Amino acid sequence: MPAIDLGGRRRDVGERVIGIVLFVCAAISVLTTVGIVFVLIEQAVEFFLQVPVADFLFGSTWSALFNNPQFGVLPLVSGTLWITLIALVVSLPLGLLSAIYLSEYADQRVRDVLKPALELLAGVPTIVYGFFAVTFIRPDILRPIFPSIGPFSALSAGIAVGILIIPLVASLSEDAMRAVPRALREGGYAMGATKHEVSWQVVVPAAFSGIVASFILAGSRAIGETMIVALAAGSRPQLVTNPLEPMQTMTGFIVQVFSGDVPYGSLPYLSLFAVGLLLFAITLMLNLISQWVVSKFREVYE
Amino acid sequence: MIGVDSGSSIGTVTAAPVSAGTGVLPAPGTDEKVILSIRDLNVYYGNFHAVGGVSFDVPKNQITALIGPSGCGKSTVLRCINRMNDLIPSARVEGEILYHGQNVVAKGIDPVAVRRRIGMVFQKPNPFPKSIYENISWGAKINGIKGNMDELVETCLRKAALWDEVKDKLKENGLALSGGQQQRLCIARTLAINPDVVLMDEPASALDPISTLKIEDLMRELERQYTIVIVTHNMQQAARVSDQTVFFSLGEQRMGMLVEVSPTRELFTNPRDQRTEDYITGRFG
Ligand SMILES: Nc1ncnc2c1ncn2[C@@H]1O[C@H](COP(=O)(O)OP(=O)(O)OP(=O)(O)O)[C@@H](O)[C@H]1O
Ligand SMILES: [Mg+2]
Repeated sequence: MPAIDLGGRRRDVGERVIGIVLFVCAAISVLTTVGIVFVLIEQAVEFFLQVPVADFLFGSTWSALFNNPQFGVLPLVSGTLWITLIALVVSLPLGLLSAIYLSEYADQRVRDVLKPALELLAGVPTIVYGFFAVTFIRPDILRPIFPSIGPFSALSAGIAVGILIIPLVASLSEDAMRAVPRALREGGYAMGATKHEVSWQVVVPAAFSGIVASFILAGSRAIGETMIVALAAGSRPQLVTNPLEPMQTMTGFIVQVFSGDVPYGSLPYLSLFAVGLLLFAITLMLNLISQWVVSKFREVYE
Repeated sequence: MIGVDSGSSIGTVTAAPVSAGTGVLPAPGTDEKVILSIRDLNVYYGNFHAVGGVSFDVPKNQITALIGPSGCGKSTVLRCINRMNDLIPSARVEGEILYHGQNVVAKGIDPVAVRRRIGMVFQKPNPFPKSIYENISWGAKINGIKGNMDELVETCLRKAALWDEVKDKLKENGLALSGGQQQRLCIARTLAINPDVVLMDEPASALDPISTLKIEDLMRELERQYTIVIVTHNMQQAARVSDQTVFFSLGEQRMGMLVEVSPTRELFTNPRDQRTEDYITGRFG
């Protein structure tokens, strides 16, 4: 037997076992995703055998739960887009400004309190935001400004979704900005730039890809948000241009069907899967765009 | 003929002994040849007394080199001159740094205004993640410098001896350049704000020998128009490029202090202090 054992057989076995365990874990999550997509597609195909794809995608009336139902998904898409748009108008500026404050202006002690508080906010159950929209945002903030606003509206739901995703935008953007090397800031200051100029013209452009990724992620979070819209947006699928009106989103419709008594296997039941598949496709696309943005604009510092 | 004239005048200034840290200092603003006068500078990081009682003058249109062992406070002193230490919350500065007779570390002084006159080049090249063109025009823009931007960009790149290498790719990202080119880009962008004084903290330590020589030639060239203060670990470099050398050492409790200020030739051939001699002959640190 050689004096020094360089074989390391026992470690080899251990490494292999760990490798297998990790692979199984990864495989489970991938398989789950594949399974979900498979179920969505299977049921959606059945739906599309009865309703032409073009009627679904381009029809402008959604009356799935009535006699003689019509399955034009555009009203649901429009509801989703309205609420997403309102949410982004609320959350992107506030989130980005908070991120700049936290990363560039706040001193260490303030940041140590604010950042966890922000993340705590992200942990509040979304139904609470729904509540908040119905019992506070609408009567106390929106009605004084728009007396005609009804109990349910895209605006109040959109604002609540916006508040929900502020911490997401702030936290991810702040991470991106903090990753900007200190040397770059010093370079800016050494050129006689003010803090404001360094923040907006050096740090933000340098963190651009991360900031845009946080925006896109916020968008897909808003599109998928369910509980708030189910509570606050109403349940009237309509293609309208007035956000003071009630609307129904794709997710809102899915909740409505599940909480009603739609017979299993019926056409309205199957339409759930078509809507779910569309939702899945939209968020998938956004995630792909976000990955593309990150890889395209990633700044190489080294 | 003009070139020869200015060259010889630099020569005479170099040969004349510059008022050293120990001698009697002229009253502020009376000596036109002194652009910066550092008087009894003390710097603290929290409770740590990093630099104690440093005094020396920086002559106008000359290169002053700061040398000394690691941790003796060279960067700290340099960063006080353009108030970069304001960015470190724990740092506290006492004493005076007179720039044209005004104390830049005094309370009422705006650090942004100081940095617009006293530029800085860092150890690691840190170009902005913008195009080569914008790297230079940005500083001019935020400083309210108007006029022909294309011309300014070209002038600065020429002064930094980078123009020929980048003139066809001004739209490309500054980070796409080599390390030596990035450092010259950083010098060019500093020149764009038209400073009086350029501080350089080991500007060539991350570069290969050829880029280093280029930067040294460049400093020699810039000296005609600017005053340069450079920190370097490279003794040959200090001897090659500088007119005046300031030697720092570590005192008790690791406090940095000034040992000797002399014209460079004198300091390297005939040091007045034993510690200087030990350091430059490699018997120390
Ligand atoms: N931001 C800081 N916070 C606390 N202490 C610091 C800080 N920067 C520097 N120091 C301390 O101050 C002293 C002087 O540091 P400085 O960087 O000025 O030295 P230096 O002469 O430039 O060294 P080197 O040649 O290694 O660059 C060192 O003891 C260092 O640890
Ligand atoms: Mg240093």
